Amino acid sequence: MIPKPLLLLAVGNESRGDDALGPLLARRVQTWLASTGMDCQVEVIEEYQLQIEHTLDIKDRQLLLFVDAGQGTVPPFVFYEARAGRLAGHSSHALAPEALLGVYAQVHQASPPPAFILCLAGTGFELGEPLTAAAALHLEQGFTFCRGLFDQPTPAFWSEQAARMHNS
Amino acid sequence: MSFELETAAVASTLRRVAIDPVSRVEGHGKVTLLLDENDEVMQVRLHIVEFRGFEKFIQGRPYWEVPVMVQRLCGICPVSHHLAASKALDWVVGAPRLTPSAEKLRRLMHYGQILQSHALHFFHLSSPDLLFGFESEVGKRNIVGVAAAYPEVAKQGILLRKFGQEVIRLTAGKRIHGTGAIPGGVNRALSRQERDGLLADIDQIVAWSRQAVHMARDLHTTNPELYDEFGTFRSNILSIVGPDGALDFYEGKLRARDADGKIIVDAFDVQNYRELIQEEVKPWSYMKFPFLTALGPEAGWYKVGPLARVQNCDFIPSPLAEAGRREFIDYGKGQLIHAPLAYHWARMIEMLHAAETIRKLLQDDDLSGSNLVASGPHQREGVGVIEAPRGTLIHHYHVDDDDLVTMCNLIVSTTHNNQPMNEAVRRVAKRYLSGRKLTEGLLNHVEVAIRAFDPCLSCATHALGKMPLVLTLLDAAGNEVSRLARSGDGDYGLG
Repeated sequence: MIPKPLLLLAVGNESRGDDALGPLLARRVQTWLASTGMDCQVEVIEEYQLQIEHTLDIKDRQLLLFVDAGQGTVPPFVFYEARAGRLAGHSSHALAPEALLGVYAQVHQASPPPAFILCLAGTGFELGEPLTAAAALHLEQGFTFCRGLFDQPTPAFWSEQAARMHNS
Repeated sequence: MSFELETAAVASTLRRVAIDPVSRVEGHGKVTLLLDENDEVMQVRLHIVEFRGFEKFIQGRPYWEVPVMVQRLCGICPVSHHLAASKALDWVVGAPRLTPSAEKLRRLMHYGQILQSHALHFFHLSSPDLLFGFESEVGKRNIVGVAAAYPEVAKQGILLRKFGQEVIRLTAGKRIHGTGAIPGGVNRALSRQERDGLLADIDQIVAWSRQAVHMARDLHTTNPELYDEFGTFRSNILSIVGPDGALDFYEGKLRARDADGKIIVDAFDVQNYRELIQEEVKPWSYMKFPFLTALGPEAGWYKVGPLARVQNCDFIPSPLAEAGRREFIDYGKGQLIHAPLAYHWARMIEMLHAAETIRKLLQDDDLSGSNLVASGPHQREGVGVIEAPRGTLIHHYHVDDDDLVTMCNLIVSTTHNNQPMNEAVRRVAKRYLSGRKLTEGLLNHVEVAIRAFDPCLSCATHALGKMPLVLTLLDAAGNEVSRLARSGDGDYGLG
């Protein structure tokens, strides 16, 4: 089966406060994509964490968007291009997006698809806690931003958005 | 048993080094070392933050929600919690004996979990240390480095993991938040098409798993000076075993052996686990220290997980894994193998057993059966025990007349291994760190010892922006002298 050209890969645990930002944004975007008929172009995957097998999910895509919650992130969110990178240690089972792209490059002996990270600012991550009020606001702003991205799903436009955010 | 280095005689005069992997929001693991003026290690403690607030999270919920809710505890082994909770609640709905289809579908899910978890641990977490060396270049000592130097090994790790995840997806219904197991059974069977899809790949999965056993064995047996001695200590072992003494990850009764391999507890009903096991609280750790009640806290602590299970059972009921087990046991020359690094070899034997078991189950038409749920007279309490990838996992619930959970108790695998991990870290610190100037490579020895047990330092909370490792050196008065932080791209910065 030929994968859809665009992939939104959201990670997070909705039972841990603002860690729910990734999954919640993914569902909002998925509903919106379905309403516009764009869901045939975009696959939305929700996961707890990034793991090595996700190198298979990103294969043969044209453009990737990783969505996650961030601690210490400048509110309401940051958006930047992910580059295949080194990975420091391996105390953790999970991978950062850059490390996942690095594994992809080595395993497939090819450059990974253009990839961007949308990291929504969160503050509270305790088990059983709801989304904080600030995070709820960041979710709304992130959703609006995301719609703009998928209205023009090209690496060039997304790079322009990332540069604009970097310079602001 | 030795508790040397657990508590220094005069701690206030010593320097303190903290190895604090904060790759999770709650900072799940931390090692503190106290050093004297000659850099001799005087005290070593491993602290792991447990699932704080979990009981509160579950109490007051309807019991039927619990198997789904508990998956949100942990991004690494959600399926283990899903199944342990379901097994406990089988008792509540009066169905401790499931229909054949339901039990086989749950077993398939569980063995898929064992396969993917063991593959992830060996290929992603451990192979960088084992293939490159504990003090090799830190920027290379990771899965990206393994993929560059050993692309076929990395690829096999990814595909093994992916296959296990696919088994879980098909049996649980989704990639995450699966709902496959319910109190009293399961809510979906496998279609013929789904079984055929998995069967198409299973021979390759078995073959790769067998190669992984050989790889782990060869790493161990070609360097016995390191692998047999690194952090080695003697202890009791504990796991469930099947009624015929077989290795069984899903169902069985508790068996314990002493450090010499002599059976000291056998066929112990898991419903009465509280009579067998107690937990000691220590003021310096959030996590409790379980021990066998009859032996007391000083002598009764034990190892769980692959190293315990492979040696606790009488046989493995799948031919290739059983051959691997025999070779492993022979290596011990009649003695229990206690080396923490032997966990890797044992873990790969278990992965092979999981793959062989999946192959056998996939040929069983009960997987496509329609009789999926059993029931009986309801009761108000249940205990579910399974052998999760990391070791014995116990879930225990009380339910009131309104079907709401009023009590929940968990003993997770990493808690069982609390004292063993502390002991391994102390051995390693004394042997490799004492009297030497600390470097990242030396400190990685401590992590290697911890990692062998595959502790769950994760909890599915993983927000971006946290650094994977922070080391702080404090003087005797508790003032920070220096700080070494490892950033996400592998660079170290001195603060």
